[in-house]
Amino acid sequence: MTDHADAALLDELDRRLVLATQKGLPLVSRPYELLATQLGISSELVRARLASMLSRGAIRRIGAVPNHYAIGYTANGMSVWDVDDARIDVLGEKVGALSFVTHCYRRPRHLPDWRYNLFAMVHGSDRATVLEQVEKIRDMLGDSCSGHDVLFSTRILKKTGLRIRE
Amino acid sequence: MSKERQAPVELDELDRRIINALQGEFPLCEEPYREVAASLAVDEATLLARLSHMLEQRVLTRFGPMFQIERMGGRFVLAALAVPDDRFEEVAALVNGFAEVAHNYRREHRLNMWFVLATERPEDMERVCREIEMVTGLPVFAFPKEKEYFVEMRLRA
Repeated sequence: MTDHADAALLDELDRRLVLATQKGLPLVSRPYELLATQLGISSELVRARLASMLSRGAIRRIGAVPNHYAIGYTANGMSVWDVDDARIDVLGEKVGALSFVTHCYRRPRHLPDWRYNLFAMVHGSDRATVLEQVEKIRDMLGDSCSGHDVLFSTRILKKTGLRIRE
Repeated sequence: MSKERQAPVELDELDRRIINALQGEFPLCEEPYREVAASLAVDEATLLARLSHMLEQRVLTRFGPMFQIERMGGRFVLAALAVPDDRFEEVAALVNGFAEVAHNYRREHRLNMWFVLATERPEDMERVCREIEMVTGLPVFAFPKEKEYFVEMRLRA
């Protein structure tokens, strides 16, 4: 759950750690020690601060981001739904809990161009699989949904992740 | 064509085990790769070589901390453009040129370019959207999240 109220301003050391690792963690035996040398602090402090950022949710996790096409998820469908505003929060939680949904958000409509307020990302090995999963979402939403669409991705144009400026 | 890999590549069983293991908890000890390697019953040099190779091959787009900038005072916003087909490559280059564009996908819809903007300060978001409109000449449809129901940044290889 995002809570803007507890969002702290970017602390100077946090910021330097973001800058030092936003392109990636060093691929050396002692990556935290290398970062510590670069930042002029101790390796213990680097590790303690990363642990603190993890516990605060400022870092979701330290890990690998696979290119979903390369690992076999060749169909990536952003399913979008026009859901009754009075029901969307209950239904959004249920859709988000489905095993094949990787991201699920409520977002604003842009009428008349865009009527959809629920976004659920579905990955699969082919489009038919994704569309079967989309049908399951449709069944779950029932009468509370008055329209939907699936936007398949056809190309990754960029995938670098966050980059703050020096 | 994009520099990003579009087709599945040959991954062996060890590659898949590494990808899956590195989407879990990563240790904060002095020699974290050695610890992960041990859990996979390989040596550290093998793990580092495989990881480096998969990053070069763009099987992995990144390895490192995944930052939630909103927990540090910043903003993420999903945004979309309706780009005329004959301007697609030009507009993709313009949009990707913004450091604030974290990722960008082509999708099948009238709104055919969907990207995520990340800014360190909330007040920068509006400015970046206006700048993208200025350089592309196209209206930016911004879809800030109003509520996050679920995010699972893991895909089993």
